[in-house]
Amino acid sequence: MKDTYYDPKDLDKFGDIAEYQPELAKKFFSYYSDVFKEGALTAREKALIALAVSHTVQCPYCIDAYTSDSLEKGADEEQMMEAVHVAAAIRSGASLVHGVQMMNKVKEITM
Amino acid sequence: MSLKSENHIFSDSAVQLDVLHHVPGNGQDFPEFKEKIKSTGFNPLRPYSIRIFQINVGKMCNQTCSHCHVDAGPDRKEIMTRETMQRCLEIISSHAFDTVDLTGGAPEMNPNFRWFVEELSKLKVKIIVRCNLTIIVANKKYYDLPEFYKKHKVEVVASLPHFSERRTDAQRGEGVFESSIRALKMLNAVGYGIENSGLELNLVYNPSGAFLPGPQESLENEFKRKLAQGYDIQFNELYAITNLPISRFLDYLVASGNYDGYMHKLLDAYNPAAVDGVMCRNTLSIGWDGYLFDCDFNQMLDLKVSCSESQHIDQFDLGKLQAREILTDQHCYGCTAGAGSSCGGQTA
Repeated sequence: MKDTYYDPKDLDKFGDIAEYQPELAKKFFSYYSDVFKEGALTAREKALIALAVSHTVQCPYCIDAYTSDSLEKGADEEQMMEAVHVAAAIRSGASLVHGVQMMNKVKEITM
Repeated sequence: MSLKSENHIFSDSAVQLDVLHHVPGNGQDFPEFKEKIKSTGFNPLRPYSIRIFQINVGKMCNQTCSHCHVDAGPDRKEIMTRETMQRCLEIISSHAFDTVDLTGGAPEMNPNFRWFVEELSKLKVKIIVRCNLTIIVANKKYYDLPEFYKKHKVEVVASLPHFSERRTDAQRGEGVFESSIRALKMLNAVGYGIENSGLELNLVYNPSGAFLPGPQESLENEFKRKLAQGYDIQFNELYAITNLPISRFLDYLVASGNYDGYMHKLLDAYNPAAVDGVMCRNTLSIGWDGYLFDCDFNQMLDLKVSCSESQHIDQFDLGKLQAREILTDQHCYGCTAGAGSSCGGQTA
């Protein structure tokens, strides 16, 4: 057992998940590859969305991968940080909007 | 300051080549480029018809960019003489090259640059000047360069690594982005990059760090949108060029701890389809002192063309050059990664 749960080298071994379940892995990687192709959204827009989601799911592998990918696709620091703020806004907004539920309950049970 | 002025170990091309042959995991994990192309059907690599005569008129430059493969800068004094230019003109006039591609350094700093362009324009070849943009606004004696280029129908290929000031200045020096924008506006003002003007202004994008360029078309669209919205600037095409691991960029990779990762990134992205279109197959590179090379990168590594009977313009023999084997080494992985890379952008 390693001293840490995360090792950057493990990202290169992502494909190894096929070892225990090849059929599903093949379907997943094929789907994954298709998702990131240029489509109605550009590959750069998808990279920035992936970067934002990476921060939301707090996956260090994904943050590494989509920071590089965003730069390769031509994004700059300003765009990348704005993407992270979008993730943060939704995340904090999701907490705050539940404040309405709290308020509803307060009003229900207080005089 | 250039690596040469610093007496940096990488100012010795033999040291660079030695480092390039020692990527951790070398051997089974990191194949020799020669073996790699051999395994994909290129053995040896030979030129197609040589169409482009690329002349490096000197290493002198007003900038000292952190990725520069020429190790150019204000302190570099190696520049092509008028006599060598004259010999180039004789060769160009007696052979059927399509294009003469002038590079540097900042080619405009060579005192014979304008004379050379004027003479070239009489030979009815397409002329390309690789312009760093800031030279146009560096001194008032250069302010009329856009008009000069226009007069001689020069295609301007201008370096602008990013539409972001931070990204550009990080690679090319503080204030470069602002000066580049001013120069681009001056080029646009005389018609360069404007639709149907017939005056071509193409930009060169290269990553400002240890990563590869993304798809050229997508980058071009984003550059066009950002430069038009932010600065009202137009251009024709964007060429996405990969940084080759030599000279100052090699120094950056090693010093920043990115060398191993970058080399493996190049290897993982090896694309046989890109080999077919690499620039050394249709281009000949001429050094400031008249020596001949397969490309500008081999020139900076002092890897002269393999045919010993025609290694200098004074012994120029197109037949022998056409039949030569192109010299490759580990840095060539930079031209075959992903969609490929050449002076005209991606190749596959």
